Amino acid sequence: MTVTEQAPRYIVQPREPAALQIERLSVWYGRHQAIRDVTFTIPARRITAIIGPSGCGKSTLLRALNRMHDLTPEARVEGSVHWGNIDLYAPSTDPVWVRRHIGMIFQKPNPFPKSIFENVAFGLRINGYRGDVAARVEEALRKAALWDEVKDKLNQSALALSGGQQQRLCIARAVALEPEILLMDEPCSALDPVATMRIEDLMLELADTYTIVIVTHNMQQASRVSHYTAFLLAGEDRTGELIEYAPTRELFLRPRDRRTEDYITGRIG
Amino acid sequence: MTAERSIDREFEPRLALRKRLGTFFGLLSAAAIVIGLTTLGVLIADVVRDGWHVLSWDFLTSFPSRRPEQAGIRSALVGTLYLLVLVAIIAFPLGVAAALYLEEFAPKNRLTAIIEVNISNLAAVPSIVYGLLGLGVFVRTFMLGRSLIAGALTLSLLVLPIIIIAAREALRAVPPSIREAGLALGASRWQTVRHFVLPAALPGILTGTILALARAIGETAPLITIGALTYVAFTPKSIFDPFTVLPIQIFNWISRPQPAFHERAAGGIIVLLVVLLVFNGLAIFLRARLQRRIRY
Repeated sequence: MTVTEQAPRYIVQPREPAALQIERLSVWYGRHQAIRDVTFTIPARRITAIIGPSGCGKSTLLRALNRMHDLTPEARVEGSVHWGNIDLYAPSTDPVWVRRHIGMIFQKPNPFPKSIFENVAFGLRINGYRGDVAARVEEALRKAALWDEVKDKLNQSALALSGGQQQRLCIARAVALEPEILLMDEPCSALDPVATMRIEDLMLELADTYTIVIVTHNMQQASRVSHYTAFLLAGEDRTGELIEYAPTRELFLRPRDRRTEDYITGRIG
Repeated sequence: MTAERSIDREFEPRLALRKRLGTFFGLLSAAAIVIGLTTLGVLIADVVRDGWHVLSWDFLTSFPSRRPEQAGIRSALVGTLYLLVLVAIIAFPLGVAAALYLEEFAPKNRLTAIIEVNISNLAAVPSIVYGLLGLGVFVRTFMLGRSLIAGALTLSLLVLPIIIIAAREALRAVPPSIREAGLALGASRWQTVRHFVLPAALPGILTGTILALARAIGETAPLITIGALTYVAFTPKSIFDPFTVLPIQIFNWISRPQPAFHERAAGGIIVLLVVLLVFNGLAIFLRARLQRRIRY
């Protein structure tokens, strides 16, 4: 492996127990390298935000954390992601098993074209849940702060819900499986400010139980909800690198890297 | 008149000319559709005029005969319907499975690219070539003879590429977000396909299949090649019996010298057109119905 000359990096090690340890993670799409040598540790039961300008590889990094890149034929991942002592990319690790434990919420709400109830029940059924499905669906909808709005229309199509409700349904659907980690890819970018606020409140509640990693375009959002923030930036070669990683307050108040400062003060991006 | 502003002097809008050009091309495209529809209308009117009076219950239920006034299309109509059902049973599952493999499971490499190009080419191969293939493989090698099943297998080969292409289009139109949603919940690829991708693609797949079948029932050349009979005075009792179909019966009557047989042929054409129309109508109905159920 070639050792290129690197600018000093400011990457702190969180004090909390680790949920995911990312080591020298690189992702290629065909010949194009989207991220290079990303190394940092995501703390358990905290919210970690990944920020950076468009095209810096935020989503690429996030999708590498539950092996969603397996679905893109031309994508290739190098490096490692450890969850406890399990290497997510080891040949013996089943990606279906990984995704069942590391859930994902997408940018655009993507409920199934089925009833509200079936949306939540689906994940339980296919994973062979043996308990009371209806009770678990209710519990998940309550956790996603959606129960009161939908309890009288569980059999109606999920597509009739508003955008914000659909996104909370997607969160309920993921939470029903009791995952360890929730990955959120700009979950509010398609929502209005009120719906955004509700999702943010929900995230803060869920952080008691779950490890949350959120990609966001919105620096205010990162500073409002997250405990740790990772700043990614792509250079001339359009390959994203991790520039700085620190507790959110520290990163926003006292950025150590010039480029971080330029970004959070709005001079770049 | 308002004072001419300086900005107007830099442009020469020629509005009248542009509008006239628009009208001209509008009329030109209207003429195109008039020509197409008129030709079709005249043809249909001609056939209906010639064949209308032979249409009767007897015409549908009688076997062909040497006496034109007694000749009917029973064996041809039954043969066509049997063939249709057999082709559907053979080609639909094969075509959908092949499309599913190519779209959802196959790695995207050179081999699958070659397969894709070849399927597109196969869809354009003249039907007579399929007839020769059917003759060599099904009639001779597998010794199925001039049977219904040999005809059905031959026509299945003919429509298979069309069904595969239609099914792939339909699968590709399913938004990737729905696949991601399933997989992110720990569903396997097959579970995602079975629960979400396939139901969403089904209207498109069915429409494509029905249109492919409609093409199959209009085919004559490959069936003549494999030796479908032109004079059949019985309906097939099993899939290994000889058979005939409507286009062959029509072809046979047209080639007779007696004008009375030509009228019978016109009657046969009307029946064939009605069958085709029913099929296309079914395709539209199914698409509209299933699409109402599944929407994103």
